[in-house]
Amino acid sequence: MANHTTLALRHQFDNVEQQKDASTFGMWVFLVTEILFFGGMFCCYTVYRSLYPSAFGHASNHLDVMLGAVSTAVLICSSFTMACAVNSAATGAKNALAAFLWVTILFAAAFLVVEMSEWHMLYKEGLMPGFNFTYHDVDPAHVQLFFCMYFAMTGLHASHVTIGIGLLVVMAIRASRGAFTPQYYTPIEISGLYWHFVDLVWIFLFPLYYLIARHLH
Amino acid sequence: MTEHIVTKKQYAMVFAILMLLTLATTAIGMIDLGRLNVVVALVIATIKALLVVLFFMHIYWSSKLNKLVVVSGVAWLALLLWLTLTDIFSRGWLPFPGK
Repeated sequence: MANHTTLALRHQFDNVEQQKDASTFGMWVFLVTEILFFGGMFCCYTVYRSLYPSAFGHASNHLDVMLGAVSTAVLICSSFTMACAVNSAATGAKNALAAFLWVTILFAAAFLVVEMSEWHMLYKEGLMPGFNFTYHDVDPAHVQLFFCMYFAMTGLHASHVTIGIGLLVVMAIRASRGAFTPQYYTPIEISGLYWHFVDLVWIFLFPLYYLIARHLH
Repeated sequence: MTEHIVTKKQYAMVFAILMLLTLATTAIGMIDLGRLNVVVALVIATIKALLVVLFFMHIYWSSKLNKLVVVSGVAWLALLLWLTLTDIFSRGWLPFPGK
């Protein structure tokens, strides 16, 4: 029987369900390593923020909270459209699947544009360590530390967004070629997990960098 | 494991709550609550993260094995934070000669 189901089933698995469970399990194990990858940086951030609260408070007020809120909203929208793509794949709505994937890619690109405009603003204000850092107000050394961490963490996150865009483009092209059926759409499900993880990281980056010293302004 | 298909309506509900929480956390961030600002921001972020993991990432409907993987990930992260922070904050609690 040469249908998509049998074609998609690799010989080491008993059935499609077992193959799907194994893939999902593998992806979750990978995501746990990612949690700890970002977790190390969040830990570092927590230590330095508690050691130099006033410098970190000053520094975080140089970030544009509206840009932060907008990028959070854009990422949540992209997570929603990704979830809808998984639903479309499961119900066999092929055109909707490709459409939702492209909309997700669009939101992801919009997120990067907003983030790059924030970075550009910080560069012009002289708050980008290593490229243009001219801050000479209160405690410049620890303000610089704040921005080193800001660019390292948002940069690592942005690189994940970029990888996610590449992944979703591949999925969208495969989807429009009819590679997925309600019996076999594991790659869509797995890409979805990756994409929601990217959203998850930003859910913590946003309050920690943009919000928690805002009331001191 | 039987396949569970989450409907677009269910996703839309989660999406609406996530957007409301984003709005709430941004608004509360502007008000001075003293030390509570950090607590409120992190509590809201954790609720949002739970919503994403449980419903967008399907853990609510997943096998026990996958639930265990998620819990173990969070547990290792907690261990990392706990051991590092207890070290940092307890430095200087005991007087050591020559320090």
